[in-house]
Amino acid sequence: MGKVLKPAVNIKGTKDGLLFLLDESRPFPAVLSELKYKLENASNLWDGPDTRVCIKLGNRQITRDEEKEMRELFSTHKNLIIHTIEADHGKPYLVDDQGIQLQAGTVRSGQVLEHRGDLLLLGDVNPGGTVRSTGSIFVLGALRGLAHAGGEGDDSAIIAASSLCPTQLRIANVVSRPPDEWETSETSGMNFAYLVNGQIAVDKMHHLSRIRPDIEWKDNRFKR
Amino acid sequence: MGEAIVVTSGKGGVGKSTTSANIGIALALTGKKVCLLDTDVGLRNLDVLMGLENRIIYDLVDVMEQNCQMNQALVKDKRCEALYLLPAAQTKDKSSINTKQIRWLIAELREQFDYVMIDCPAGIEMGFKNAVSGADRAIVVTTAESASIRDADRVIGLLEKEKVPQPKVVINRFKSQMAKDGGMMDVDEVVSVLAVDLLGVVPDHEDVIRSGHLGEPIVLHKKTPAAKAYKNIAQRIQGEAVPLLLGEKERGFFKRMKRWFGFA
Ligand SMILES: Nc1ncnc2c1ncn2[C@@H]1O[C@H](COP(=O)(O)OP(=O)(O)O)[C@@H](O)[C@H]1O
Ligand SMILES: [Mg+2]
Repeated sequence: MGKVLKPAVNIKGTKDGLLFLLDESRPFPAVLSELKYKLENASNLWDGPDTRVCIKLGNRQITRDEEKEMRELFSTHKNLIIHTIEADHGKPYLVDDQGIQLQAGTVRSGQVLEHRGDLLLLGDVNPGGTVRSTGSIFVLGALRGLAHAGGEGDDSAIIAASSLCPTQLRIANVVSRPPDEWETSETSGMNFAYLVNGQIAVDKMHHLSRIRPDIEWKDNRFKR
Repeated sequence: MGEAIVVTSGKGGVGKSTTSANIGIALALTGKKVCLLDTDVGLRNLDVLMGLENRIIYDLVDVMEQNCQMNQALVKDKRCEALYLLPAAQTKDKSSINTKQIRWLIAELREQFDYVMIDCPAGIEMGFKNAVSGADRAIVVTTAESASIRDADRVIGLLEKEKVPQPKVVINRFKSQMAKDGGMMDVDEVVSVLAVDLLGVVPDHEDVIRSGHLGEPIVLHKKTPAAKAYKNIAQRIQGEAVPLLLGEKERGFFKRMKRWFGFA
């Protein structure tokens, strides 16, 4: 005692919203309990117009469960929208998502479907609608809006859709506006977009195994 | 007990008020008791379209502020027996009503009428939220232009969030010639993007503007295609399966039409 600890949670206002700086030297549960305290008290301070929240973990990685716990603390203030969770070095997560998440329905104009990991959407994404994931995005339907795969920098992520006619595609931090000729190929089967040499390219689905040989399935029925 | 149907669009000027007035009259012409409720406080114009402006004594805000009884504010139509208008206030703004009051009012009106048609202001702010709260169904009006469809799509998403079940779409100011040459979307395309049921297609015609200007909604002029379109919509609202008409016949058209309306 005696020494004044610097706060485990520092909150700063920026022109984009609020920045939550979490002290990396404190155990995460201690950080969470201070965060909880700060969010619960002076709660009238939080309830205002929608505000973007950026969380900086410092030099720390957290688990999914810790992330979930943290998100729950924010969920009591519906106007605080967590935009990014960042760590100083590399990925903020200890483990990557496994498997693929299934979601059904139309993503309409103004709506945002966000997901950690790979996403399979059974439905359309309309102009003005957004799907975002840290992994790949597969749309069984028409992709007419914006899709952002590899949201945290995974440049091996792909975007595939039954009908690929987006207003914009993003993979990792590369942005691409589809060239005009895309629209005509809309009916000609399933396409996917991927990153090659820092640019987004589009190709027929059956070329995927050549471009990503690591995920190619092999007929090995007789090998064992 | 009746049904409250909100007419909304997101984008302004696509024909919400025109649609509300004409569907309201068309429903009244089938013998239903109908109330038109104008919630566009500050920009009242349903009364002008209906030619009832000079009969207004009290308005929506008067009812909310209890300056009068609800029935005193109801303006009886000069043509249809069972049609009434509850006008918006022109001198106030949208902040003079709140969601709770509107819910109460719609519940009251539902007791007295078979259908309450709620004309919604443009936008997705407070005025929109007030108008849709307490509605049983929603009609989303759009033209076949990209910008209008974008806003309609946004509104459908918001209606789902506000728990107004299964909105249906009316495509207004449709020009089949333009849809053919790519100047606007085809009915097919609109329905596939919005992914909701189609309630009807109203052709673009200057007579619609003319009749609104004169305070005699087009549906009262029996011979026009637009009037027929509104009458068909009124029948579909009452659960009848009426084929679509666009003023012309196309091959394969009726097959598609059946798909749009979700029957046979
Ligand atoms: N089917 C139509 N054909 C031609 N003009 C139309 C049609 N429907 C609406 N209009 C015109 O469009 C304008 C806007 O209509 P209005 O009903 O006031 O829209 P909103 O209530 O959505 O703002 C009016 O001048 C109206 O006469
Ligand atoms: Mg209007």
